[in-house]
Amino acid sequence: MNEEPRSTGPLLEMRGIVKTFPGVRALGGVDLDVRAGEVHCLLGQNGAGKSTLIKVLAGAHQPDEGTITWAGEQVALTDPQAALRLGIATIYQELDLVPGLTVADNIFLGRETSRFGITRPAAANRVAAELLTRLGHPEIRPATEVGALSAAQQQMISMARALSQDAKLIIMDEPSAVLDNEEVERLFGVIRELAAQDVAVVYISHRLEEIREVGDRITVLKDGRTVATGLPARETPTREVITLMTGRTIEYVFPERRAAVDRGAAPLLEVQDLGLRGSFEGVDLTLRPGEIVGLAGLVGSGRSEILETIYGARRPTSGSVRLGGKQLRPGDVGAAVAAGIGLAPEERKSQALLLDDSVYRNITVSSLNRFARIGLLSGRAERTAAREQVQALDVRPSDETRIARTLSGGNQQKVVLARWLLRDCRVLLLDEPTRGVDVGARSEIYTLVRDLADQGVAVLVVSSEIPEVLGLADRVLVIADGAVVAEAPADALDEHRVLDLVMEGTAHTGTAPHEGEVA
Amino acid sequence: MSETATATKRESGAAAAPGGGGPGFMAGPVGRNLGLVIALAILCAVGVATAGDRFADVNNLLTILRLASVIGVVSIGMTFVIIGGGIDLSVGALVALSSVWATTLATQALAEDVHWIVMVLTAILVGAGAGLVNGVVIAYGKLVAFIATLAMLVSARGLAEIIANRRTQIVQDRDFLSFFSGDVLGIPTLVIIWALVSAAGWVLLNRTTFGRRTFAVGGNAEAARLAGIRVQRHTVLLYVLSGVCCGIAGVMIMARTTTGSSTHGTLYELLAIAGVVIGGTLLIGGRGTIVGTVLGTLLLTTLGNVFTLNNLTSSAQAVAQGVIIVLAVLLQMRLAGGQGRSRKARTPGGPGGVASGASGVPGSPAGALPGGASEPTT
Repeated sequence: MNEEPRSTGPLLEMRGIVKTFPGVRALGGVDLDVRAGEVHCLLGQNGAGKSTLIKVLAGAHQPDEGTITWAGEQVALTDPQAALRLGIATIYQELDLVPGLTVADNIFLGRETSRFGITRPAAANRVAAELLTRLGHPEIRPATEVGALSAAQQQMISMARALSQDAKLIIMDEPSAVLDNEEVERLFGVIRELAAQDVAVVYISHRLEEIREVGDRITVLKDGRTVATGLPARETPTREVITLMTGRTIEYVFPERRAAVDRGAAPLLEVQDLGLRGSFEGVDLTLRPGEIVGLAGLVGSGRSEILETIYGARRPTSGSVRLGGKQLRPGDVGAAVAAGIGLAPEERKSQALLLDDSVYRNITVSSLNRFARIGLLSGRAERTAAREQVQALDVRPSDETRIARTLSGGNQQKVVLARWLLRDCRVLLLDEPTRGVDVGARSEIYTLVRDLADQGVAVLVVSSEIPEVLGLADRVLVIADGAVVAEAPADALDEHRVLDLVMEGTAHTGTAPHEGEVA
Repeated sequence: MSETATATKRESGAAAAPGGGGPGFMAGPVGRNLGLVIALAILCAVGVATAGDRFADVNNLLTILRLASVIGVVSIGMTFVIIGGGIDLSVGALVALSSVWATTLATQALAEDVHWIVMVLTAILVGAGAGLVNGVVIAYGKLVAFIATLAMLVSARGLAEIIANRRTQIVQDRDFLSFFSGDVLGIPTLVIIWALVSAAGWVLLNRTTFGRRTFAVGGNAEAARLAGIRVQRHTVLLYVLSGVCCGIAGVMIMARTTTGSSTHGTLYELLAIAGVVIGGTLLIGGRGTIVGTVLGTLLLTTLGNVFTLNNLTSSAQAVAQGVIIVLAVLLQMRLAGGQGRSRKARTPGGPGGVASGASGVPGSPAGALPGGASEPTT
């Protein structure tokens, strides 16, 4: 396929695309060529610029520099409608369907066939049925409500919508993330069928096996740049692909690991065979006092769910969590907090903070009883305690009466940490602790976490950024598809190996360390 | 250094987003309450101008207060429920139910033997029990508060009709009547009860863990849950509290009308919600004040009084009341500003601070760009 002579020019040609957001250069010169009828895979780590690139292609973002050529003509994708008119359709991860409308209604949403303002459901249903048959899913009935369909079927509705708009290029952002194996197979059948009909597909996935199965060529992005383009999907060795994706020039400064954790110390947190149906299963892990353990894995691998289940925010379908030898009541946050566990959740603004409340109220919300006598709060004691935390963690500005919303991401995260420090918590669960935190404040957070560990707190960290997990943690568990696939001391792993494990999942039997082998 | 710089930049951005240039004076709770006081003063001026001495009469003012007291007590409970992110449409029916239950022949006979306090306790228990049902259905049954309390509204009033057999039950106990219809230093007992309930409500909301948790649950239920607050249990308690307030209001209405009746408290849900919202409590929860509710209730009652003194029919009053409620809520939404439409700030293209290029990419294929060419602009 890669030797195919270029009889016709590519369908899409992007050259030197640059997109800058305040403070971040998301794309720093991206090239992408897509031919008609090919499945082109886009690879890159979190933050490599894949999402920004497809948004540029979908007309949702305007590039600052660079040219886009479509079928030989230079075009400007000023808005999503412009992209659609050319024949570029995007299927996002969160499907944009209206659950209460029928399949046909969704397919023709905004372009309903009507005569004198009266819709013609029969005509719409007929065309919808034809489209679904073309996609190999004649069993989906056009008059069904979309909300009643499975995730895989809903994806087909999105694709039918794209086809009904006469799409020549369909962008699919991690379509397999919500599907099971069989559904993925059927999706691939549909993709091949589309390619045979000369429709081009830009396919984004983290799973290399899928890319090998369905893809024709690969483009690799790293740090907002194209590092390789037009690689043959089947022949390029995994090692080479991963090498292209890894390696960074900015090294975050991580605090030094102190003396090795006392291996003999009694475990503080013991998780046994923990499982949550449809998310993860059979997770075993132990945390000793003063130890930082990292969970590395992709979005959707189940890592956040593991944290939330340990914390009691989700009720496990199997297994147990013990703290200091005592079993925690499953699915009970109150019990976990009372026992000394704290969580800094992934979505800081929607899950952790009372944004319109003051900093001190955000800090004391989990330990109100300490400042109350028969339910009556002592505002002064509360503020004094909060102020001590604000100063200890160097929250800026150093004013505990400030409204939480007005703080920067890093300082908001410190407020969340302060909440748990005030409780003298023994186990701290951190989900993406530096998301939305700028570079300067990151190392402060790292130092803070390390200091806490040195004081005997056990920390469990989840992060999408592999270097962060490797730099911060003493020991790392690699999660793929809802299971622990490897466990090793952080200094025995590198970004390469972790990424290899994460992308190949449990199926991989290569050179990577497995449980017991390194640990 | 760079951290401070970015922090300041973000601050100004965040402050500018909601209302443009920091919180306005009228947006704060004190400012809003002052606005209510001014509105009340204007309304009084209108009253004096149109009805003269008939309005500015001590007896008339006491009448306003006495009328406001029953609905005022209901509104205190409603304030908690709304700040906690809920709504209670059943309050009027609960007032009726507790007044009927406390005046049945059986209850009154028992009260005669023991003490009239039996009637009071009965009313409060009935209110609390119904509130408990509301709370459990909403918190554990996960039913929308609107539907759950709407159902309670219908059934509680129906139950009241069954118990009273559609008749008005007269309160027989002389001591009960003389206690509640009397006054202390010229202030009617009912008004004193309202004042006490309001004061207790203020302390509960602003000075206790219960109040703080109410704000947290209403402001961000998910954050409250993950902070370790038992949100479901708290929600139940909020509806029980509202039920208790309805029970107290039931006793007060028994004293004022000397009857227990299934028609008591009609449309109280509307008046209470209106008073709370006019008082500046956010209907979506998380923010509100007791003082505002008291002023809102006073405002609504005084308005009715001014209308009556000017010989407006009750039908015309109802129309005006509806219009004023809409205007008040519109005004409140303006003052609350960017609350609902705070945009989700998403970091573009994943986590920031990612540099480009690697120092040594082995075997870079043709087409790969040289690494390290561009540094991020941070």
